[in-house]
Amino acid sequence: MIKAEQKPIEEILTYLDPYKKILLSGCGACVTVCHAGGEKEVSLLASSLKMARNLTGKPLEIQEITPARQCEPEFAEELAEKAEGVEAVLSLSCGVGVQTLARSLTKTPVIPGVNTVFMGETVSHGVWEERCQACGNCLLERTGGVCPIARCSKQLLNGPCGGSSKGKCEIRQETDCAWQLIYDRLKSLGQLDKLREVIPAKNWGTESRDKGPRRIVREDLKI
Amino acid sequence: MKAGSNLEKVFTQGHFAVTAELGPPKGNDTNVIQKKVDFLRGYVDAVNVTDNQTAIVRMSSIAACSFVIQMGMEPVMQMVCRDRNRIAMQSDIFGASALGIRNILCLTGDHHTFGNQVNAKNVHDLDSVQLIDMVRTMRDNQTLLGGEDKIEGEIKMFIGAAANPFADPFEFRAVRTAKKADAGVDFIQTQCIYDMDRFKEWMKMIRDLGVHEKVHIMAGVTPLKSAGMARYMAKNVAGIIIPDALIDRMAKAQKGADEGINICVEQIQELREIEGVHGIHLMAIEWEHMVGRIVEAAGLLPRPQVEQDSGEKV
Repeated sequence: MIKAEQKPIEEILTYLDPYKKILLSGCGACVTVCHAGGEKEVSLLASSLKMARNLTGKPLEIQEITPARQCEPEFAEELAEKAEGVEAVLSLSCGVGVQTLARSLTKTPVIPGVNTVFMGETVSHGVWEERCQACGNCLLERTGGVCPIARCSKQLLNGPCGGSSKGKCEIRQETDCAWQLIYDRLKSLGQLDKLREVIPAKNWGTESRDKGPRRIVREDLKI
Repeated sequence: MKAGSNLEKVFTQGHFAVTAELGPPKGNDTNVIQKKVDFLRGYVDAVNVTDNQTAIVRMSSIAACSFVIQMGMEPVMQMVCRDRNRIAMQSDIFGASALGIRNILCLTGDHHTFGNQVNAKNVHDLDSVQLIDMVRTMRDNQTLLGGEDKIEGEIKMFIGAAANPFADPFEFRAVRTAKKADAGVDFIQTQCIYDMDRFKEWMKMIRDLGVHEKVHIMAGVTPLKSAGMARYMAKNVAGIIIPDALIDRMAKAQKGADEGINICVEQIQELREIEGVHGIHLMAIEWEHMVGRIVEAAGLLPRPQVEQDSGEKV
């Protein structure tokens, strides 16, 4: 799922400075799971913001709402109706949700309250780690279910660099070397021969990040 | 001949090759290059010019290599995958070739967060294996990577890469070198060797895979300046193993620097005896003036005079 972190409150207060009445919107999906922008965080942040503004003598009126998924147009349109009469919307959804809402609100600014960080999994309670960079051509079959694009600090496709030591990456002691993980996994699967093949230069341009926003069209689902 | 460089000729004529490293200046002061070239001239077959090593910004390898040529020595141009995509790399290889550079060392590159531009966006469009494949394609097929586009002229490059027998997973290290051989590498330089047993084990794996018959292996050595340096490297540099016995020997020595050179000379002599080792790469970090002394003490002088294209010996 998408993982996000709430922005520092000082930064949020700076963005909200010109406004007296806002809508604070969370999201019931990914940011709820990673405790960055669910109903609970909306309520906590609203209280903190009101207190901070009261201290400066410029009170802030905040309406709270947490739709199931802010990134779906139907929810965003509903939200847009609620936003009538406010000067701005502070959104704790990921960057996708902020943009969906911004598209529905032509005259009202939508301010991000979180930084969208990565797609990842829960490692342990309160710890999340990146697992996928949506490269557009999944190679996990060749790498034993461990992604070197998301998890190797140099995105190497043909094995570990010279900085892999005792299972760790040279950049940080707590970071596992992705290629050590790949090696161990393929060894236990009896598939080490997969590491002998040269993986050719990746097609970033047409599969991935550098050709503008990617788009999926499913003709069978179109109405 | 693939590229006709001095280094290639030294290898193909069966000599034991010697190269050394030259870090370009952290600015445009070419005197730094001149000084280092003067220390190395006559003692090595080619000079390895680093490409922003440890991600510290320095004069570009391609420009520094060009000065090395003007100063009368042969460079090996290092090229890392960290800072450029395949468009810039191929463009630079055109330029390097036109400037007379005939050797290239294809590297991943140290992580940018070790350097002095930690907020940079690293590139890694290609990895080192793919870079080797690209240069080989440019040289042997005279086309750009993945395309039919014919290159105007000829790219003559003797292709090198690195190997680190001291990184993990150890069992995969020789396989990775074999992949580089498959991609078309001509020579390999290793990370600095202190743990001789592990290096010999790696070389055995290399021979078992038949890699030593396809590529020239150059054993990397770095003379230790002091026990402190040895301890620091052992503790802080990932992928370097220094046995305790060696650190103790440095600590007990009256003059650490002299002992470091003695150790280095002994290492070179031992490495020469290993089947498949065709040369030494000396990484005397900011100690270029010691290269001559080490090479001489190791009995590697005079350097071979190989036939140049003109037919004259130089």
